[in-house]
Amino acid sequence: MYNTKLNLTRRAFLGDSSIGFGAAALASMTLAGRASDEQAQPSLARSANNLPHFAPTAKRVIFLYMSGGPSHLELFDHKPALARLHLQPMPESFTRGQPIAQLQNAELKCFAPQFRFRRAGQSGQEISELLPNISRIADDIAIVRSMHTDQINHDPAHTLMNTGTQISGRPSMGSWITYGLGSESDNLPGFIVLTSFGGRNPQPISQRQWAAGFLPGRYQGVPFSSTGDPVHYLSNPPGVSRNLQRDSIDAIRDLNLVQNERSRNPEVETRIAQYEMAFRMQTSVPELMDIANEPRHVKEMYGVSAADGSFGYNCLLARRLAERGVRFIQLYHRDWDTHDSIVNTMRICAGHCDGPSAALVRDLKARGMLDDTLIIWGGEFGRTPMVQFKGSAPGRDHHIRGYSMWLAGGGIKGGVTYGATDELGYRAVENPVHVRDLHATMLHTLGIDHTRLTYRHQGLDMRLTGVEPARVVNQILV
Amino acid sequence: MIHRLCTLVVFICLPLGAHAQSAPKVEFNRDIRPILSDKCFQCHGPDSTHRKAKLRLDTDEGAKVIVAGKPAESDLFARITTDDADKRMPPKKSGKTLTKAEIELIRRWIDQGGAFQLHWSFAPPKRPDVPKANGQRKLAGAWPRNPIDAFILARLDQHGVSPSPEADKAMLMRRLYFDLLGLPPSPAQVEAFVKDARPDAYARLVDALLSSPHYGERMAMYWLDLVRYADTVGYHGDQEHHISPYRDYVLKAFNDNMPFDRFTVEQLAGDLLPQPTTDQLIATGYNRLLQTTHEGGAQDKEYLAIYSADRVRNFGAVWMGATIGCAQCHNHRYDPYTQKDFYRIAAFFADIDERGAYKGPDATPTKRPPEIDVLSPLDREEVESVRKRIAGLKADAVEELAAQKKLLAELEKRQRMTMITKAVAPRTIRVLSRGDWLDTKGELVQPGVPQFMKQIARKDRATRLDLAKWLTSPEHPQTARVFVNRLWYLFHGNGLSKSLEDAGSQGEWPTHPELLDWLAIEFVASGWNVKQLVKLLVTSSTYRQDSLESDELRKLDPDNRLYARQSRFRLPAEMIRDQSLVVSGLLVDRVGGRSVRPQQPDGYYAFLNFPKRTYVADKGLDQYRRGVYTHWQRTYLHPMLKAFDAPTREECTAQRPISNTPLAALVLLNDPTFAECSRVFATRILREGGNDEAARIRWAWRQVLSRSPQDREAALVGRLLAQSHKHFAADPAAAAKLVSVGQTPRADGVNVVELAAWTNVARVLFNLDEALTRN
Repeated sequence: MYNTKLNLTRRAFLGDSSIGFGAAALASMTLAGRASDEQAQPSLARSANNLPHFAPTAKRVIFLYMSGGPSHLELFDHKPALARLHLQPMPESFTRGQPIAQLQNAELKCFAPQFRFRRAGQSGQEISELLPNISRIADDIAIVRSMHTDQINHDPAHTLMNTGTQISGRPSMGSWITYGLGSESDNLPGFIVLTSFGGRNPQPISQRQWAAGFLPGRYQGVPFSSTGDPVHYLSNPPGVSRNLQRDSIDAIRDLNLVQNERSRNPEVETRIAQYEMAFRMQTSVPELMDIANEPRHVKEMYGVSAADGSFGYNCLLARRLAERGVRFIQLYHRDWDTHDSIVNTMRICAGHCDGPSAALVRDLKARGMLDDTLIIWGGEFGRTPMVQFKGSAPGRDHHIRGYSMWLAGGGIKGGVTYGATDELGYRAVENPVHVRDLHATMLHTLGIDHTRLTYRHQGLDMRLTGVEPARVVNQILV
Repeated sequence: MIHRLCTLVVFICLPLGAHAQSAPKVEFNRDIRPILSDKCFQCHGPDSTHRKAKLRLDTDEGAKVIVAGKPAESDLFARITTDDADKRMPPKKSGKTLTKAEIELIRRWIDQGGAFQLHWSFAPPKRPDVPKANGQRKLAGAWPRNPIDAFILARLDQHGVSPSPEADKAMLMRRLYFDLLGLPPSPAQVEAFVKDARPDAYARLVDALLSSPHYGERMAMYWLDLVRYADTVGYHGDQEHHISPYRDYVLKAFNDNMPFDRFTVEQLAGDLLPQPTTDQLIATGYNRLLQTTHEGGAQDKEYLAIYSADRVRNFGAVWMGATIGCAQCHNHRYDPYTQKDFYRIAAFFADIDERGAYKGPDATPTKRPPEIDVLSPLDREEVESVRKRIAGLKADAVEELAAQKKLLAELEKRQRMTMITKAVAPRTIRVLSRGDWLDTKGELVQPGVPQFMKQIARKDRATRLDLAKWLTSPEHPQTARVFVNRLWYLFHGNGLSKSLEDAGSQGEWPTHPELLDWLAIEFVASGWNVKQLVKLLVTSSTYRQDSLESDELRKLDPDNRLYARQSRFRLPAEMIRDQSLVVSGLLVDRVGGRSVRPQQPDGYYAFLNFPKRTYVADKGLDQYRRGVYTHWQRTYLHPMLKAFDAPTREECTAQRPISNTPLAALVLLNDPTFAECSRVFATRILREGGNDEAARIRWAWRQVLSRSPQDREAALVGRLLAQSHKHFAADPAAAAKLVSVGQTPRADGVNVVELAAWTNVARVLFNLDEALTRN
């Protein structure tokens, strides 16, 4: 398809290293034509040369982002003691001086777990009845019950989970990873985001959550949409056929080359390569999104029949993206904010997410891909052990001192539960895992020392895990 | 690559006036401070709380570990060269090492006396002598034309490099149009300029462009990035807030050539001026541009702390090129800003009437009082001129009177809300330990500027007005330099110090520090006259050079830091949009106004909520306004702007990155707005471009690229035209679809197949690299 008379070398086409949206895309970043390539290049070259820092156990990440703050107390953290104190005052020793969100000025009362827990798998992990499918993969997942974060409102908490800080303008984890490792795909971006529809009143989610921040723009997450064009402006203008598009891109290339005989600007070669990538995406992306050829049993496992924008459809796409070498795949499901009607809302959310999440793990496992794919499941924070009376039925408020997530595949030990909150599920007291520890662990599985994945910005060697100490949670690694 | 870097390092380090043969003088600020800052200041810098061994190396206190002239006897040198791994600096665990070249530089510096200097951006600029031109060399044209050229030439002379010849007139004009107006010239304008043989033709052109109302639009584009202007609150629900009259204020200020000191005062403290005018109140919208929230459960106190920090970061970045934001949780590690300084600056803004967590309801636009209902400065001008016209009409001019009254009524409808600053009793501000808003034990602070800088002389509480006046006092070491450096960047693609956002220790030492100082001093001496400064910059020979690079130059100075040629760079997002609108003839010429919504892909706002959002594109002429007026949704910036690197404006952006991605290619190839421009342009080609194919190709090419095509280029376009024609002739339904994109009615009496074929040609022209590049 690519016209070789062009004389573009493979190197010019692929870039100097296997970076990014990449490498193959050869998206070049400059700050003044070529003039400031230097600014972007040194760190980039350094990373490319030294990475991975050690043997990775995962090649890619699929982050199933349960946005809104799923209740650990209804999913993974069984607290019988909380049931015994149901609707009695929350002991002040837990809550004194702690930040509070919507329960500001309210009387704080305990709220019993609303669902039963069961032992699951050989490992006997305790998982809620809301998650029958995830219970079936209990031996493949490591549950972390001691997560904690610093931000109690959604927007800054998302930003912290994605970028390591609540300040706007920093790169997201997917950007850091594609910056460090590049993409393995020739015709797709290295970092792709899928956001599902479905639920009662889903939370907004900002594009800041997958922005490249101060990293070069080619490392930004590219959102794929299940309605309309999957990627903005992917379809030709009306009336323009694929052949005519080809002729037009050839004309752009030929005219650019004539001009470049005089101007000899390396950016022109890059631009030509970008147009080729765009043209390839016009085929590869619709092909990716089309699940018609997936076998029936696979579609049934994910619970989808068509491109419906559901979490199930996106999980199936995640597998297809993983197969195509995409480095960081992030799925958002946005309805976990259960201030009120927690019983009903958790049923809806679990109904949307439980089956497809488990299907993804099982499907990857069946294809031998779970071993080198890290899966992370969880949200920006958990929920209070205290009740919130709002709306027609009670719920729980935002909670940051202790909550749960799980990980699987890519070097993660299956069938383990790590860390613990106190008897009321308030504070992570045993082996606490901060968001930045999660980041350090994720990078570790990819063969990256989190202290050495850096980028010079405003005179500082910035990194995802920031300046506070962060640790790799070795206990959940194989 | 490494070789190339070394070459560059060596010659950038060559000081002015030195001969290449003699050992060049090492200068602390230029040569040594950057090394010490990066490798040593973290433990031996301005931050006393993390300082090790009570040693600081950022001031002459460091002299105690140096024996002037005797490296071998200096502790500093011993510690960086010892073989004892336990004693060697920097320590291994810092992850930093000194290179051999750096150690050698330090050795030479001590050898030459080891003198310390105050960091360049902390000492007031000093007027340098303008270098004398070297009479030995014969240069084409009038080099040097003005003192800028003398500074540039002096450095070029050291390297034996000659400046590039002047760009050809058409290219120069195209460059100037984009740089000053953000728009391309029309072929007729190019032709008139090319034919204008008067010696001052170029200066006349510059004057004409500086008086164009589009100049303000172009300058506003940049200023709005700095101050993070956006139409939405940014956090969570990202609802709209009322602020667009502020943009009109900025535009008009640049067009009226408001002195930069006044511009500064009005934005930071217009409300504190005696009897502030409406425009001065609109200007104080600056203090309200930050991101705000009304997410349920947000705590008032927490968000007041977040806003306070946001303002300090932006204030420091915009006016001082200072990363004071780093001092929120601890003293700055590289520059002498203390944590207390951070909160002292925050205290200036503690009188701003606002809430931390705004109350709902979840509606958009949202309410962010105090707001006032106003005609923007530009709208008011129009209203007043119509009123004057009405007053001057004779009583019997009934029809005219009615028309004018109708117009007046229309204009008055432009009244809109805008957020302003209102001073209230100041909140108490205390130093927050590690930035923690729950901390109630930190020291209470009063407004004050960084303690190492010249202080505001006031016994009682200093105000925002004092702060603004302090910034614009002639001896302020940063304000003028930072602004001048950024203007240089606009017209050369790089700053004289390329770290536009950081003039501190970790920022880049300017390539031409004397020139930067000279420009800063000229700027202040001119009464902060922005247009005069712009004119000085763009009339220099340095600016007027060709942007082509010779093989020799490519090797010697790949990043163009010597300015032996002009730079070339991809146009900013807005200009790419504007160009297609101008060339197609669709652009609406009106200056100022509310924000507008161009077409954007359906469902782009699907993941916004509180309230749910449906994007309704504007109808009619508002579809064709310049990019600077596009509705700026922080969390979902228009995908065209985003693909071409426009920032979300959550934080200050002094320099936009320039990416080159397939997403940008898809925009230009397929975005319906560009498709509509292409088909409307095609109509023009058929109607205005002559009667035969060759003439039309030539005409169309000139419209887009301001030059005539070479034969080969014309032939390639001809081939594409034939291919397109064949395609649409075989599929007239496809042709009909393409020529119906967008809301512009299809022209009558035009052959649909022919129009579609030319539409495709137009589309290709808009995609050419040359069309997207400022040369």
